[in-house]
Amino acid sequence: MRITVNVDGTTYTDDVEPRLLLVHYLRERLGKVGTVVGCDTSNCGACTVHLDGHSVKSCSVLAVQADGGEVTTIEGIARDGQLHPVQQAFHDNHALQCGFCTPGMIMQSIDLLADHPDPDETEIRHGIEGNLCRCTGYQNIVRAVRQAAQQMRPGAGPAAEQISDRAAHTVGGE
Amino acid sequence: MTSTIPDQEIGRARLRKEDARLITGRTRWTDNLVLNGMLHLAMVRSPVAHARITNIDTSTARSMPGVLAVYTGADLADEQGSLPCAWVITPDMKAPPAPSLATGTVHFAGEAVAVVVARTAYEAADAASTVDVDYAELPVVLDMPTAVADGADLVHPDLGTNISAVWAFDSGEAGTGGDVEEAIAAAEVLIERTYRQQRLVPAFMEPRSVVVDPTGEQFTMWSATQIPHILRLMLALTLGVPEHKVRVIAPDVGGGFGGKLQVTPEEVITFLVARRMGKPAKYTESRTESVQSAHHGRDQIQKLTLAARRDGTVTGLKVELLADMGAYLRLVTPGVPILGAFMFGGVYKFPAYKFVCTNVFTNKTPTDAYRGAGRPEATFAIERMMDELAAELGIDPMAVRERNWIKHEEFPFVTVCGLTFDSGNYEAATTRATELFDYDGLRAEQARRRASGDPVQLGVGISTFTEMCGIAPSRVLGSLNYGAGGWEHAAIRMLPSGKVEVVTGSSAHGQGHETAWSQIVADQLGVPFEDVEIIHGDTQSSPKGLDTYGSRSLTVGAIAVVKAADKVVAKARMVAAHLLECAESDLDFAGGSFTVRGTETSTTIQDISLAVFAAHNLPDGMEPSLDSDATFDPENFSFPHGTHLCAAEVDTETGRVRIRSYVCVDDVGKVVNPLIVDGQVHGGLAQGIAQALYEEAVHDESGTLTTASFADYLLPSAVDLPSFTTDRTETPATTNPLGVKGVGEAGTIASTPAVVNAIVDAVRHLGVTDIEMPCTPMRVWRAINAGGAK
Repeated sequence: MRITVNVDGTTYTDDVEPRLLLVHYLRERLGKVGTVVGCDTSNCGACTVHLDGHSVKSCSVLAVQADGGEVTTIEGIARDGQLHPVQQAFHDNHALQCGFCTPGMIMQSIDLLADHPDPDETEIRHGIEGNLCRCTGYQNIVRAVRQAAQQMRPGAGPAAEQISDRAAHTVGGE
Repeated sequence: MTSTIPDQEIGRARLRKEDARLITGRTRWTDNLVLNGMLHLAMVRSPVAHARITNIDTSTARSMPGVLAVYTGADLADEQGSLPCAWVITPDMKAPPAPSLATGTVHFAGEAVAVVVARTAYEAADAASTVDVDYAELPVVLDMPTAVADGADLVHPDLGTNISAVWAFDSGEAGTGGDVEEAIAAAEVLIERTYRQQRLVPAFMEPRSVVVDPTGEQFTMWSATQIPHILRLMLALTLGVPEHKVRVIAPDVGGGFGGKLQVTPEEVITFLVARRMGKPAKYTESRTESVQSAHHGRDQIQKLTLAARRDGTVTGLKVELLADMGAYLRLVTPGVPILGAFMFGGVYKFPAYKFVCTNVFTNKTPTDAYRGAGRPEATFAIERMMDELAAELGIDPMAVRERNWIKHEEFPFVTVCGLTFDSGNYEAATTRATELFDYDGLRAEQARRRASGDPVQLGVGISTFTEMCGIAPSRVLGSLNYGAGGWEHAAIRMLPSGKVEVVTGSSAHGQGHETAWSQIVADQLGVPFEDVEIIHGDTQSSPKGLDTYGSRSLTVGAIAVVKAADKVVAKARMVAAHLLECAESDLDFAGGSFTVRGTETSTTIQDISLAVFAAHNLPDGMEPSLDSDATFDPENFSFPHGTHLCAAEVDTETGRVRIRSYVCVDDVGKVVNPLIVDGQVHGGLAQGIAQALYEEAVHDESGTLTTASFADYLLPSAVDLPSFTTDRTETPATTNPLGVKGVGEAGTIASTPAVVNAIVDAVRHLGVTDIEMPCTPMRVWRAINAGGAK
């Protein structure tokens, strides 16, 4: 089947098998290897991307389901050489060690902050419950999301990086 | 040129250099690699735990689109050799042949029996599903006590027994202490318990992946491994390929925790397929394959007998272990329980000790190192037993520990196992931990809840642990019949512009070597942190090393870096003296500058680096290079310690456990980067708590692993874990120049008994003395209701 998908601001048209998973389309057809596969039961969330502004586990979405859609991956959220505030917060708070879960964790955190611009610890823990990390015990991830929320609140930085309404859902999308 | 003296880097909470690529998706995972003409592999795996293979029909698979070949064990039998086991713990240890692709018989569910080679991963997987294997099932051996009983069915009938080896240590015989049987006979109090260390899955987040590129007679292997150097040597020895024709690269590796300390069947198979086809080949496992076939950890049954006086003084400990090897002996499988043998004494100084370990084969996935490897099991046992002793005597469990532990003024202390603990201060760590924890306040609340019959009871769990880290002293490893030494290598290259390349044999998979090593070199050479580049994980660019495990990177690998830096400074000093026309002894070196003592005359190490590159004016006979290398082999292990305190609420009506607070004060010696140390502790705690509460690899009666995915194996998520309060005391190690002890395993080793002690403490008044791990609501509820009958 022929699909047309906008990924990180570039439009691609490809013939794909109907069974091709979105994550494999991203990795193997487009070379977007920043998004990774950590399990085969959609438990780990390492493959999390945004599809039309909402986080999805790209191992649980067929490429054909993304036809006509906009996909944002970890490779598409930095702007003009500036890290996204959530990326920066993960760095600043040592919220990653091996880094394998990090792309999915960052994408999920951005989605979380769109829904909960000022989340408390419990809300953060529940918001990232579908993303597994084996290195950090989550403590610094929680800290990072808190810090990102502070920096992204209205008036705290460039408009593009602020959370207002559901603006974050389109961060990185074109 | 002048240079400002950089601030002290060691001790700074430097943000990590590694993060830049990891947070932007520009990471170099093995599975990202694409090579021209690369073929993809899919494994056909046995669904049964023990069976003769009577037929393999590959005809359909061979005819599938994109398929180039299908190989069975019979096809590779002449070239695959036997997977290596580097730790022959006794001269008569029994080790079965360990083929990468099963030949004739499968011995655990998940063992590979055939490999499909295709143009794409999808095509390979499609074809693998059509391979038709006939199995004649054989009796399965799953339970260790049954396996060692007379007349048991055998995992490997050719061996004539399910016992691989029996390894013993007796302090009376070794001359390091008394006779434990005498201590038991004379004991005023005997505590006898049996604890089960359930089987765990290391569960690194990056599934294992391997790519092999055969170019002429050369082979380059990229692998998600902790051990590129050991892997290279083992490939050479296993397959008969000349070592110098093999290059192994561990690019970015997504966690290991011991689980990637292995020479895997999949690495060998991918190598052989690439060699046969003359094309690059890739294999990446699925998570289900990973959980079935990557080695597991723990799985011991511990029978413990502790002798004591009524005042709480421990007089002896006897440990009788059954350790599950699984179906085969992998790289260090037999030695894992031996690493624990010396740790059952914990921080205590009792006079008699005996350890007997029986290594047992079963029809399960092989076991091997998992974070802590032997030491968490030992620490759990002694820390649980100290609580049981306290309960028996009606003494506060902290008081029992204080009575028995080594006092800070008694270091260095030779333990009943013969280890020399160089330094430590258990009192200081405990004092700090109890302050942070509000120990007395929680005990008061516990008493109130007990008195009021609150359905939610509160328990306090203590773990005053130590561990032996920096798996290294080559002589010690040799005395334990380990197949290699434990040194580590480093090299430093001074570039003409004054920048520095540091080559380390110890490669990281999340630990932050690039940052921590840069801090160390910045201090040693007086160069900016940013000017240091760390090179690791490739046998071509970092040709010597013994890799990363056992909390050895800092205590062994980084000390090699320090030694190499010392040599650079010594060479630079000779050049500086020559250029400044003074004696070497007149030069002070600080902050990267050599200064003639008592003058303003100085030169920087960067200037000297350029001068050496130009080589126009060097001392007569000096070769124009500041580069150096060094190999460090410590004389002793290091012994981090700490006090961990857990407050757990147990709902006696549902059995649900909630960790209300967790405080740990660790003493890992000198801290290079507190951010990284805290992170290591957090992650270690998570894994130790997960053993206490959540994780277990479960097999059904047919030997099928029923927890073979993340849907069934409960890896804790963010909602399953509390926030931790961490702090440190700092008692430097005396056995290395940095005073460092290592931190990679501390949290995992310490936390499991703290949590279980807290749970048992919460419900001990209901008649509960133990709850088997993981302490699921059902197990806790059953324990309460079994004990609560009284």
